[in-house]
Amino acid sequence: MKARVHVMLKAGVLDPQGAAIQHALGALGFDGVEGVRQGKVIELDLADGTSEETIAQMCDKLLANVVIESYKIEVL
Amino acid sequence: MRAAVIVFPGSNCDRDMAVALKAAGADVSMVWHKDAALPDGLDLVAIPGGFSFGDYLRCGAIAAQSPICQAVVAHVERGGYALGVCNGFQVLTETGLLPGALMRNAGLKFICKTVGLRVQTSDSAFTEGYNAGDVVNYPVAHHDGNYTADDATLEALKAEDRIAFTYEANPNGSVNDIAGILSQNRRVLGMMPHPERAVDAGHGGTDGQALFRGLLGQLTSA
Repeated sequence: MKARVHVMLKAGVLDPQGAAIQHALGALGFDGVEGVRQGKVIELDLADGTSEETIAQMCDKLLANVVIESYKIEVL
Repeated sequence: MRAAVIVFPGSNCDRDMAVALKAAGADVSMVWHKDAALPDGLDLVAIPGGFSFGDYLRCGAIAAQSPICQAVVAHVERGGYALGVCNGFQVLTETGLLPGALMRNAGLKFICKTVGLRVQTSDSAFTEGYNAGDVVNYPVAHHDGNYTADDATLEALKAEDRIAFTYEANPNGSVNDIAGILSQNRRVLGMMPHPERAVDAGHGGTDGQALFRGLLGQLTSA
């Protein structure tokens, strides 16, 4: 089985990279980009039957820093 | 005083840290990250600067899961002292030994220069060689030194006098200009600037000497 973990900075945590991307899009002439947040996607190849709870533990322990990041698990 | 410097793949300030500790009089051993135990009778663990594990995933995240870090956590839980500089500070936040996190610099640039720091408290083994309010000059060299923490943590750090150093001119966007913080028992210091790069006049300054001498003084008499 496969799972995909989306890790994003929590709402309210300033994202300097997202702000830089927003600025660059504006410089390219794309008007109306009101906000950009950059995150990461981690794809996991897992033994069949791995529970979502186990994946959540992976996220809490390593894949995300829950002080500043939130995550979303997508089982594929 | 017995000190150990942890060496990860990608550490690059480990030997500078050892030189600074030895110059202050410490007996220093280097400990490889795959070791599961620290030397016996250790007073201080120093986690040096660098780019452990290539900063993969997040700065310090992989190092924080290495076998030796479990021993470092146990050492701190027993009341041992720990100093984390630069990547070492990032590792200490990733292990949860210090609160908050270090994000990409607000200006997105790697910053390598000497900065002025204000000593906010002299109430720790690390800062007792200074007076609160002193301004010292240490080099910084980092891409991810933008300290952040939630409001409750910031209030606690302030109320408990645990902010050790602040930037005179904030280079990286750190909240409340924070450059270094102490643990609740004041025995763990994490900071982005490099005191170990400020201990030799030939390298541009000696403002870091008082940190190592103070530490040695307090731990040797203890």
